[in-house]
Amino acid sequence: MEGLLDFLKPPVAGLQDFYILSGRALRNLFRGPHYADDIFIQMDAIGVGSLWIVILTGFFSGVVITMQMSRALAQYGATGQVGQIVAITLVRELGPVLTALLVAGRNASGIASELGSMKVTEQIDAMRALGTDPIQKLVTPRMIATCVMLPLLTIVADFVGLLGGYVIAYFSIGLPSSQYWTNAYQALQYNDIVQGLLKPFVFAFIISLVGCFYGLRTSGGTQGVGLATTKAVVVSSIWVFVVTSMLTRIFVNLN
Amino acid sequence: MTSAASNTAATESLLRFDTVSLNFDETVALDSVSFEMCAGETRVVLGAAGSGKTTLLKIAIGLIRPDSGRVYLFDQEITGLKEAQLFDIRSKVGVLFQEGGLFDSITIAENVAYPLLNSRTHAVPLDEVEPKVREALRFVELEQTMEQFPAELSGGMRRRVGIARAVVSEPPLVLYDSPTAGLDPITATTIMALIAKERDSQDIANLIVTQRYQDGQLMANFRYNRTSGHLEPASSNGGAAGHGSDPARTVFMVMKEGRVVFEGTQHELEASQDAYIQKFVPKYS
Ligand SMILES: Nc1ncnc2c1ncn2[C@@H]1O[C@H](COP(=O)(O)OP(=O)(O)OP(=O)(O)O)[C@@H](O)[C@H]1O
Ligand SMILES: [Mg+2]
Repeated sequence: MEGLLDFLKPPVAGLQDFYILSGRALRNLFRGPHYADDIFIQMDAIGVGSLWIVILTGFFSGVVITMQMSRALAQYGATGQVGQIVAITLVRELGPVLTALLVAGRNASGIASELGSMKVTEQIDAMRALGTDPIQKLVTPRMIATCVMLPLLTIVADFVGLLGGYVIAYFSIGLPSSQYWTNAYQALQYNDIVQGLLKPFVFAFIISLVGCFYGLRTSGGTQGVGLATTKAVVVSSIWVFVVTSMLTRIFVNLN
Repeated sequence: MTSAASNTAATESLLRFDTVSLNFDETVALDSVSFEMCAGETRVVLGAAGSGKTTLLKIAIGLIRPDSGRVYLFDQEITGLKEAQLFDIRSKVGVLFQEGGLFDSITIAENVAYPLLNSRTHAVPLDEVEPKVREALRFVELEQTMEQFPAELSGGMRRRVGIARAVVSEPPLVLYDSPTAGLDPITATTIMALIAKERDSQDIANLIVTQRYQDGQLMANFRYNRTSGHLEPASSNGGAAGHGSDPARTVFMVMKEGRVVFEGTQHELEASQDAYIQKFVPKYS
């Protein structure tokens, strides 16, 4: 029993610290001072910085889904319905998850290493010593910026993915443009759009807060920064999968 | 040694530790540390790596909370205070961090202006910020680096910028964490001379954490002469330059594995027979 408790103590304490950090970051939304400059800098780093990789990944996911699905659908003589499948898989699941994983790889790591370096060079301590709350100055702007940019990036990924699907459907399968687009458009219900936008919003909290969390608890010099970076990417990616499964389960049951 | 000036100053307590202890998991960082620091005092804290010097300094301004014991800063207990309440009282303390703590995303001038622009208690009018920053940087002879970023400066220069930032708001108490660590002997002496100069031109109380005995020796035995503008041996001008220049006002403290194993004057330190304490005192001095 003693052994089990000792074994569980670090993860439980860690989770508790994570809740405290998240609580403070959220509470700071309603309290000043607000650092607008930092929010815009982060939006630029997260949103604009990830745009090309998101476009590229989104486009090729659409291409690949269309190629695979059109083959499967051909067995039922339903190749014409491919737009529907591309739209639903992309908007509901792949768009949000792929974008979140890309942003986790690029930005959870970036956030963790930046805050981690600040921690080991005592910049975080200096900030507190000089009357600035590091959570207000560093965590909240990153959280806000990610929550704004990730849904937008997801919309871009969805759209570019549909476009990629269209390129295959039109040039390779030979479907008429109007059939693909009408099919895709009609497949999407209100529920799909809601879940397609709610997911990136929730992922944004996970990615930014996990990145900040591991950054701020970095210890042990430059080596510690590397460790924090890796942990931030791994843990935020795992949570993206766990949360998307939970949310999908809820939304599937709603229908 | 006991002039009237030092007597009155001694009554004002700046920093007091009352049986403060802290553990990091298994490691004992501080073990029942008690001491009191008064106005006008220079306190030199010596100790081996890992003896708890940095921890002590961070607890003094509430960056780390102790497991037990009480800490008083300017006669106010800070142990139970919330972070927001600590901000006010911290603005009366300047700190030079061991790892520098300069913000590397902003310029040198912005770094030095930071304490002035972010103080919640005494807001400095905007038009006074620039001259004060310039003056602080001129003091450490780095006026020309204002528009540069910390990464563009050498280690010694960054340390000097750190000093400028620590003293720019003219706090009554300044804490220096290992100001000479990792520097060559010449630069180290320059840094200590700056700290002594700052102390004697403003009558500031200093807590200096260091591994080098020479740093403490310089603080104890040299005074900055405001009229000549030079550092001079303390004995040559006696106690004439104010209470900050009384050699008895330099207290040495030695730490070992989180405990204070010595507290006293330079004389007593040099006379100590303890093997650990003797290691800090070079034989030839
Ligand atoms: N954040 C931390 N987590 C765990 N242990 C820590 C932490 N900070 C300090 N320690 C441990 O506490 C002890 C005291 O550390 P501290 O940094 O105060 O030493 P120091 O006297 O400043 O050493 P140095 O001269 O090398 O700077 C050391 O054993 C150190 O390993
Ligand atoms: Mg230290």
